[in-house]
Amino acid sequence: MSFKKYCCVTCDLIYDEEAGWPDEGFAPGTKWEDIPEDWTCPECSASKSDFYLIA
Amino acid sequence: MSSAVIQPETISATAEERKWAIAKRYWYLVTLIVPAILIFSGVMAIETNSGQWLWLLTVVFFIVIPIVDFIFGADSFNPSKEEQDALKDDSYYKKILYAATAFQWLGLASMTCVVTQGDFSWFNILGAVLSVGAMHAVGLTMSHELGHKMNDKAQVVAAQICSACSGYAHFNIEHNKGHHKDVATPDDPASSRMGESLYKFALRELPGAARRGWSLEASRLKRQKRSAFSIHNELLQSLMITVVAYGAMTYFFGWMALPFLLITAVYGWFQLTMANFIEHYGLLRQTLENGRFERCQPHHSWNNNFKASNLLTLHLQRHSDHHAHPTRPYQLLRDYHDAPELPHGYPAMMGMALIPAAWRTIMDHRVVEWAKGDMNLVNIDPAQRDEIFRQFHNPDKSKAA
Repeated sequence: MSFKKYCCVTCDLIYDEEAGWPDEGFAPGTKWEDIPEDWTCPECSASKSDFYLIA
Repeated sequence: MSSAVIQPETISATAEERKWAIAKRYWYLVTLIVPAILIFSGVMAIETNSGQWLWLLTVVFFIVIPIVDFIFGADSFNPSKEEQDALKDDSYYKKILYAATAFQWLGLASMTCVVTQGDFSWFNILGAVLSVGAMHAVGLTMSHELGHKMNDKAQVVAAQICSACSGYAHFNIEHNKGHHKDVATPDDPASSRMGESLYKFALRELPGAARRGWSLEASRLKRQKRSAFSIHNELLQSLMITVVAYGAMTYFFGWMALPFLLITAVYGWFQLTMANFIEHYGLLRQTLENGRFERCQPHHSWNNNFKASNLLTLHLQRHSDHHAHPTRPYQLLRDYHDAPELPHGYPAMMGMALIPAAWRTIMDHRVVEWAKGDMNLVNIDPAQRDEIFRQFHNPDKSKAA
C-alpha cells in the first residue's frame, strides 16, 4: 500500500498517512480522504483544504 | 479534544446591512487613499510652504479614523455561504492590493523627495516620519494579506515587494510559519503578555521576530540542500529590493534621504509591533496532556468590528476568523460575536498602547474577565507575575467553564 504526505501551506506541518496522527485520533495508515473535512492543522489551525500533496 | 473549525454565528442580513455590503466593495479603495493622502500632503506642504501639512496622515490615522469609528460604529454584516463563494474568486480585491503596493512606493518616494528638497522644521519632519510610518502600517497589513496566499505566486511576490517598502523582509516568513504556530503562547515573541508594556514588548518582539524569520528561512533552504545565503532566500530577495530602492532614492534625492528612509522604516516596524501588541494581549492557549498547546481558538484573539478601522486594516480586526482560517481573503473575514472584544479599533488602541498606564487600565480587567479571575490561564510577563497574582487572582469557580 502506498502512503502520501500532505503539507500545511501556512506553517509547513506535514501529515504522513503512514504515521497517522494518534494524538489526533488518526491511527497509522489513516488516509487523507478519511480525515474529517472540518479537521484543522494542529499547529496553526489552518483548514484541511490548506494542505497540499507533497509526496 | 475538539479539532473542528468553530464557525461564527450566522444571522440573516438586514436590508441596510446588505446595502453596506455592496458599498463596502468600493470602500476597500481606502488602501489606495492612504498613500494618496501622503502624496497630497507633501504637494500641499511644498505649494503652501507650510510644513504642518506633513502631519496630515498622522492626524487621519490617530484622530480622524477613531472619530469616524465612533460615528459609524460596528459592521454587523457577515457574508453568507453563497456570498462567500461569490466574493472568494473575485480578483478585484487582490488587484486593489497590487495597485496599492505601487502607490505605497510612490508615496514613500514622494515624501522622501519633499522632505529632502524642501526647507522644513525638525518638528514638521517628525510629522512626515510619523505619517510615512502610518502608511507603512497599512502597507504591512496589505503585505500580511498578500503573504498568506501561499498558493498564489503573484500574491507572494507582491507581498515581498510590499514588505520591502518598509524594509521588513522577514515579516511574511516569520508571521506565517512562526506567529501562526506559536500564537498566544509564551514561545511567541509576537504575542504580548499581561503586564508587559508596549516598549518592553518591542524589545522582545523586534529582534525575536527577525531571528525567527531568518531561522525558518534558513531551515527551509537547508531542507532543499541550499545555502542560507542562496538567491532562493525569500528574506534576502525582499531585502535586496529595499537596498536597491533606498539606494536609488538616496542617489536622486541626496544623502539626507537615507536617514529619513531608515527612520521611517523603523517607525513602520514599530507600528506593526503596536498591532501585534494589541492582537493577543494576555491571552493564553492551554497546555494539553500530550504537552502540546491547544489549538488556536476564536477566544485567543482580541477583535474589534468598527467599520472604518476594519476597512483600513483589511478586516485584520476580525482577528479570530483570521487565525481560524489563515488563508481566507480579507473580504470574507467574519465577526465572531462571542470572541474577546477590544473597546476601540486598532488606531485608537495603538494610541493607548503608547501610554502603558492607560493601556493597563483599559485592558487588564478585560483579560481578568476573559480568564474568569484565574490568572493561571493568562499569558503573564514573568517579571509581573507575583504582582498580577496578588492584585487579580480570584478564580470564580461558579463561573468556570
